[in-house]
Amino acid sequence: MLTVKDLQQKGNMKVLCPDVLPDREITGCYCGDLLSWVMSRASEGDAWLTVMGNINAVGVAVLADCACIVLTENAAFDDNALQRAKENGVAVLQTEKNSFETAVLVSELLKG
Amino acid sequence: MENIKLHYDVDSNDFSCAGEASGKIKKALKDLGFDASLIRNVAIAVYEGEINMVIHAEGGVIDAEISPEKVTVVLKDKGPGIPDIEQAMTEGFSTAPENVRALGFGAGMGLPNIKKYSDTMHIDTEIGVGTTITLTFNF
Ligand SMILES: Nc1ncnc2c1ncn2[C@@H]1O[C@H](COP(=O)(O)OP(=O)(O)O)[C@@H](O)[C@H]1O
Ligand SMILES: [Mg+2]
Repeated sequence: MLTVKDLQQKGNMKVLCPDVLPDREITGCYCGDLLSWVMSRASEGDAWLTVMGNINAVGVAVLADCACIVLTENAAFDDNALQRAKENGVAVLQTEKNSFETAVLVSELLKG
Repeated sequence: MENIKLHYDVDSNDFSCAGEASGKIKKALKDLGFDASLIRNVAIAVYEGEINMVIHAEGGVIDAEISPEKVTVVLKDKGPGIPDIEQAMTEGFSTAPENVRALGFGAGMGLPNIKKYSDTMHIDTEIGVGTTITLTFNF
């Protein structure tokens, strides 16, 4: 089983929120920046890889029930977004790798 | 169970509030113990409707009614109306301005998503008067 915490540690990612990462399981992965697209195609439990770090991205992660948001290429996460993520208990990680490299990592970790 | 009625105002041009109504409806359905996939369908459809009100129609109101058989959601705005519904329903069609696209919206997937995730969808629109979208979700 791969948890959000495992991904953060193995991917050497920065934790933006929350202070204590949940043991929530990651069951898949989705990459995309167009919010409507992500909302209708991402699955519950996905690690969502994106460069879209605004408040609406948090809304989409909540509605789609993603396990976490991973901001790739060190994409910025604005203050409004951070506030909303805290309120909704959304885990947000940040990595310097791009979405492709991160997706490959998630894939390897999911295979165990 | 008596029908539960919920009402939300959606502010114009306030992207930070967009998602509030869908989030609250989602929570209400969760508290009532509804099936997760039904909740997700309702939440996605309402979110898209909410965003459309903010982007295209200067805000509006959302009413939801939860009965033992179904959830009915009415999204009502006094925006410009939709000139060509068939075109608007086409995946990828969007009149969203560039600044809105930069936020990740304007994929032209909103109305198609609403249709996909609801059991019935009815659009009532008049140019210069507004748009009312009525949705039902069966259990
Ligand atoms: N409430 C509304 N009032 C006026 N026009 C609307 C409304 N909702 C949608 N539209 C029109 O239909 C188009 C398609 O909507 P949608 O599928 O949600 O895509 P998007 O919002 O990404 O543009 C919009 O670009 C807009 O022209
Ligand atoms: Mg839309």
